[in-house]
Amino acid sequence: MDTGIVGYGVYIPRFRITVEEIARVWGENPDNIKNGLLVEEKSVPDVDEDTITISVEAGRNALLRAGIDPQLVGAIYIGSESHPYAVKPSGTVVAEALNLSSKLMTADLEFACKAGTAGMQCCYSHVKAGMIDYGIAIGADCAQSRPGDALEYTAAAGAAAFVIGKDPLALLEGTMSYATDTSDFWRRDRQDYPRHGARFTGKPAYFKHVISATEGMLERMGLKPSDLNYAVFHMPNGKFPIRAAKILGFSMEQIEQGLIVKRIGNCYSGSSPLGLCSILDVAKPGERILLTSYGSGAGSDSFVFTVTDKILERRGKAPKIEDYIKKKEYVDYGTYARLRGKLKM
Amino acid sequence: MTYKSSVPLYWRLRKSKYNLIGTKCANCNSVFFPPRALCPNCRRRGKTENFRFSGKGKILTYTIIRAPPEGFERDAPYGVAIVRLDEGTNVTAQIVGDINKMEIGKRVSMVFRKIHEDGEDGLIRYGFKFQLIE
Ligand SMILES: [Zn+2]
Repeated sequence: MDTGIVGYGVYIPRFRITVEEIARVWGENPDNIKNGLLVEEKSVPDVDEDTITISVEAGRNALLRAGIDPQLVGAIYIGSESHPYAVKPSGTVVAEALNLSSKLMTADLEFACKAGTAGMQCCYSHVKAGMIDYGIAIGADCAQSRPGDALEYTAAAGAAAFVIGKDPLALLEGTMSYATDTSDFWRRDRQDYPRHGARFTGKPAYFKHVISATEGMLERMGLKPSDLNYAVFHMPNGKFPIRAAKILGFSMEQIEQGLIVKRIGNCYSGSSPLGLCSILDVAKPGERILLTSYGSGAGSDSFVFTVTDKILERRGKAPKIEDYIKKKEYVDYGTYARLRGKLKM
Repeated sequence: MTYKSSVPLYWRLRKSKYNLIGTKCANCNSVFFPPRALCPNCRRRGKTENFRFSGKGKILTYTIIRAPPEGFERDAPYGVAIVRLDEGTNVTAQIVGDINKMEIGKRVSMVFRKIHEDGEDGLIRYGFKFQLIE
């Protein structure tokens, strides 16, 4: 009854590359791409940043807001498709850097862009079952894209972390998922870059799963779109979430605050969780938020949260997403290629 | 030959490298980083215990590395500074961000970054660096 988000935290690397700059290198028309994707620029990690380091930064911010003793955290799940090691968990490194107890449940999660929300469900059910007092779920990615591929305009980096437990600032009222074997995007072992089914990523993949999970969630809770103040849908680009919102009956006003993709790109496992954090940065007690993630392969997790008055005392204890979005430094394609290890030396 | 770090050494130092945990002498209040088991001021009368630094400090002096050692080629050029921690000891660490903005006296705060990779198939070492507070 009283379980939800006790603290949240974000991290976005400071480098940005614009759609113009990428388009210049590949001889594409930047306006066509910007209008097609509704993305202006994307975040780029520094040469010494990866999914583990950005998870630590977001996790430290989430713990600041939660204001709890880190030793009381009994589980940590990091959802990502860019875990630095193929074998060796990100979770143990992050847990040690967050000063968590060693009496800890942890496993790395992987489900394209929805692994972060899967971690939130794990923590939520552990707390509900009385197995732990607090759990930390992190969605983080430093997404890879093949030079020249359409994904290069959006594949970005960012992390969102949530401390899940009792006495929340946002009560988790319900969650449900929808998953099928649909191959719209994949990366084989030992491959540097993913491949995707181009147009196939839309209707049978993104829209089918986002809409089914959201409709199921609303039906289960007896809610209609107008009962929610905010909604956030996974943001592979700016266009898909706007279209999904329209199909489901949500207005632009409801999704605007969470629509961060235009300014930072698609942070994969961090994408819809960062959208949720952007909403938590402004939401008032009593307001209701819908979150629906999407991971290729394919599946969606949907959640309904109600903000509590605890938001008022905890929100100011860590930087907001806007602080990170504004703190930016532009890089050219050459620097971007160097930072992302696209140049073999 | 690429420089390879010692796996057990990295493991032993991980808590202090990840969270800037040193030691403090309960007798004379001196703080140490890296952690020291024995207080050089108090010797047998001293009593050292783990101490977590806030991660805030200022640049005492710095340099820019343009000819990096093996394993750091991708980072160069990068800043390295001696940082005076607010609690009162000095540490040497890399400075992230715009190297042209480094200045003696500038405030810095700790960040968590990759320090070094032991080649393509080795361990990735993580730890603290400092960012400029703007
Ligand atoms: Zn002493």
